Amino acid sequence: MTETPAGAVFGAAPTVGVPELADWLRRFAALVAAAKDELTALDAAIGDADHGVNLDRGLQAVVARLPELGAPGATPASLLKGVALTLISTVGGASGPLYGTFFLRLAGSLGDAPAVGPGELAAGLRAGLDGMAERGRTQLDDKTMVDALAPAIAALAAGLPAAWDEVLARSVAAGAAGRDRVTPLVARKGRASYLGERSAGHQDPGATSAVLLLEALRDALAPAGAPG
Amino acid sequence: MSAPPRPAVGLVLVSHSPLVAAGTAELAGQMAPGVRIVAAGGLADGRLGTDAVRVVAAVEAADGGAGVVVLADLGSAVLAARTALELLGERAARVRLSGGPFVEGAVVAAVEASLGRDVDRVLAAAEAAAGLDKHVR
Ligand SMILES: Nc1ncnc2c1ncn2[C@@H]1O[C@H](COP(=O)(O)OP(=O)(O)OP(=O)(O)O)[C@@H](O)[C@H]1O
Ligand SMILES: [Mg+2]
Repeated sequence: MTETPAGAVFGAAPTVGVPELADWLRRFAALVAAAKDELTALDAAIGDADHGVNLDRGLQAVVARLPELGAPGATPASLLKGVALTLISTVGGASGPLYGTFFLRLAGSLGDAPAVGPGELAAGLRAGLDGMAERGRTQLDDKTMVDALAPAIAALAAGLPAAWDEVLARSVAAGAAGRDRVTPLVARKGRASYLGERSAGHQDPGATSAVLLLEALRDALAPAGAPG
Repeated sequence: MSAPPRPAVGLVLVSHSPLVAAGTAELAGQMAPGVRIVAAGGLADGRLGTDAVRVVAAVEAADGGAGVVVLADLGSAVLAARTALELLGERAARVRLSGGPFVEGAVVAAVEASLGRDVDRVLAAAEAAAGLDKHVR
């Protein structure tokens, strides 16, 4: 039997190393830049109208640092730690420490490995999500980014070891469904919670940007030519 | 020869606004000579916002050996302060985060720190400031 290099077969799980992670972040930055006005408009309805501006500023800073963070010698963990610190110090709003903690804990779970497989990545994303929820004292149905990320990351773990591109697509769908599911709810965390009942019926900006993070992951990791 | 005076607990003030943080530091410092009070307001470029990395630097600057009480104003100022504690790791052992009011807590905490109280006493005073009687009625 000849060995097939991981990722060479359509739908096979790729190994995820520094280039793939850098691609994920570049794609996330591009999606947020394109949706900046939409995110800010959502935040104008139930927040302080800065979510798109905040996140775009942070991700542009990340993109500017990617060549340095991904330079020879970098590991997935060192890259992601640099991303986390950049977001923490440049976003300026709640999404800075929240996404920052997400990437920090993801980095922490990957150890010194030069690359990881889907199972380790899924476990790392789970650690990131747990860190985010711990940082924000966030629970499901608080109407935040956690409501999009939690079902998406659960779908990722549950879907393995099915075809990777399918699993990634299902994860995005679960995230978008989570985002939409909490739209009718009253926000219980962040600025939107100050609005009480008036936050009901408005889509959460953070849950919206979280779906972009998932779409970027799908696009970066699905093998070329896969649907998505 | 007398023993060197015990270092006072330091304070860090985290606000979205550089003016709020600096103004509160000024106010609290008036009543507490010798206490390190470090403002961590706004982003590095002066914009409104919170930055946990600046909070880490502020804690390091405020710690004279007796620990630090961090006061945060609203929303992500608290998230940034908590994130700073994670970034500080073991160095966070003598750092406390106050859930009390920002301005009143800073003034009361500064006074307690100037009296040489330990970090947990200073924290308790900062949090108890919510019940301060302002003699409004
Ligand atoms: N405690 C929390 N846990 C999880 N997510 C949260 C929490 N607080 C806010 N969020 C998410 O952050 C999003 C808002 O992000 P944004 O960057 O606009 O922060 P902000 O509310 O403006 O912060 P600030 O407190 O600095 O004003 C919300 O839509 C929500 O999804
Ligand atoms: Mg906002």
